[in-house]
Amino acid sequence: MIGWIDTILQGVLLGGLYALFALGQSLIFGVMRLTNVAHGDFIVLAAFGAFALASQAGVGPFGAFAILLPLAVAFGYALQRLVINDTLGKDPLPSLVVTFGLSIIIQNVLQEIFSADPRSIPAGELTTASVQLAGGLAVGTLPLAIFVIALAAAAALQWLFARTALGRVFRATSDDRETAELMGLDARGVYAAATALAFALIALAGLLQGMRTTVAPADGPALLIYAFEAVVIGGLGSFWGTFAGSVILGVTQGIGFRLDPGWGIWLGHVVFLAVLLVRPAGLFPRMR
Amino acid sequence: MSEDATTAPSFVVERGGAASRAAGIVALILVAFISTFPWWADSGWMREFNEMACYLIFAMMWNLLAGYGGMVSIGQQAYLGLGGYVLVALGNFAGLNPFVAVPLGALAAMIAAFPISRVAFRLQGGHFAIGTWVIAEVLRLTMANISAIGGGSGTSLIALRGIEKATRESVTFWMCLAAMVASVGLVFGLLRSRQGLALLALRDSEVASESQGVDVARTKLWVYVVAAFGCGLAGALYFLGNLRISPDAAFSVNWTAFSIFIVMVGGIASIEGPIVGVIVFYSLNRLFSDYGTWYLVGLGLLAIVVTTRMPRGIWGTLSRRLDLHFFPVHRRLSVDTPAKEVRP
Repeated sequence: MIGWIDTILQGVLLGGLYALFALGQSLIFGVMRLTNVAHGDFIVLAAFGAFALASQAGVGPFGAFAILLPLAVAFGYALQRLVINDTLGKDPLPSLVVTFGLSIIIQNVLQEIFSADPRSIPAGELTTASVQLAGGLAVGTLPLAIFVIALAAAAALQWLFARTALGRVFRATSDDRETAELMGLDARGVYAAATALAFALIALAGLLQGMRTTVAPADGPALLIYAFEAVVIGGLGSFWGTFAGSVILGVTQGIGFRLDPGWGIWLGHVVFLAVLLVRPAGLFPRMR
Repeated sequence: MSEDATTAPSFVVERGGAASRAAGIVALILVAFISTFPWWADSGWMREFNEMACYLIFAMMWNLLAGYGGMVSIGQQAYLGLGGYVLVALGNFAGLNPFVAVPLGALAAMIAAFPISRVAFRLQGGHFAIGTWVIAEVLRLTMANISAIGGGSGTSLIALRGIEKATRESVTFWMCLAAMVASVGLVFGLLRSRQGLALLALRDSEVASESQGVDVARTKLWVYVVAAFGCGLAGALYFLGNLRISPDAAFSVNWTAFSIFIVMVGGIASIEGPIVGVIVFYSLNRLFSDYGTWYLVGLGLLAIVVTTRMPRGIWGTLSRRLDLHFFPVHRRLSVDTPAKEVRP
């Protein structure tokens, strides 16, 4: 029994990490209806960036993040302005092909530079520290911290969208691009701002993924798929939904792994497909 | 209206032209020539051709889905892998002649497409793309967990062991050639048929075509199912030639990545496009594949540049400039006045 509670607890914490992958995806899809096939690869790229900075410049994981964050935001802004904006439209094909191309480029450049080996960002004592709970249960300090950070990120995004001027601009552009432009908004600039914000989340997700576990150049597609599943399970239009979808995915995978290590990821996919069949709009759609 | 209203202008609907008739004859001669390979060509060449034929069939199906059906899938490898695994299972466990099992593999992929479409069609646009990828991953992980078919490391097509090498190679080669020709013919025939017209209308506007009586859901379903058949056929043939199957090879997303490259570079929404694309793809492969990761980076870059700067691809750009159509699926109205083209 205690074993199962532990499994579910670890799954919830894993879901926190997935939420960081998924919130950026949810944000980009929500604002510009773009499915970014390279989303997972950007997280891996950020993780390798943090790894390189932490190990080469000797600034530690948080120093690395301080350098990485502005770079990632600028990169996201430029990417949207220079590449993605021109591919958006009624036809999803151009944006899918371009982001798929980016995915392949990132994977292979990373493999060329870092080899195919999995890497981990050294996090010192944080890697092994844990918090004792009642009943002999213990949770890792780092996974717990990641969960709390993800919760804070979801709350911050929800607040940003619901309460701030920038959020209103995002929502207006998302609802009706043409009308928003008639009201004087520059949709391309709004999209660039949204992608820049999403890349802040990507940098955070990459750093924490690299600290909590390992990253390899070919990991991107798996991360993309988890993020996507979490977004769809949660239902479009709500960051809390995305967060809940992530936790459901994490717990499902945890249960699957406990039943049989070969079927953990499989069970996550199957639950996603089942949700799609039963509740195509997701479990918690449109609460924004 | 200067003309007498009682006499309708005489016109004919033209589809082919001198170029398409000439192309038909050249293609026929070429196919006849290629079919003599087993008597004189190196078996390495034949294997090369088989692989190319499988890529072409797979890419044609992706083109049918994305270019005509408006469904961008990143998961067509699901059907390729299914076709391959059904071939191996029928050959190894049911003792069926593997050559007979090839069309059955394709058929099985087609049948699987019916229930799978129920899930996949819940998603649209970009979400459909990733959703189909998840479905392919489910199949890959399922196969990797079944120990009877070798689990993650895969298994060999042992059913072929009683067959002489020369026979095996020739028959495999002819089957690949026949399947390639049949796939081109199938897509060509489909697009010129009533259903093809519905499909072309649907691509241009779902709402408008529905108002004209096109059954959108049914049209999309048959495209999806036909594409699954073609991908299953490509998979069965590929693993017939490869003699070995593993989940990672059979359900690799690279299949779709390469077919996207082939279709986008060659020219989407044309039959000639994937043919041009597969030639470009194989030429680049011959010249640069030794560069490994940089070669793949180059393919990715080229796909991005073509998509953003030349969205019609090589063939689409050429055929528009030269008004050249080897496989005409569009209709051309020829009245007394100079022909006015009706674009597909």
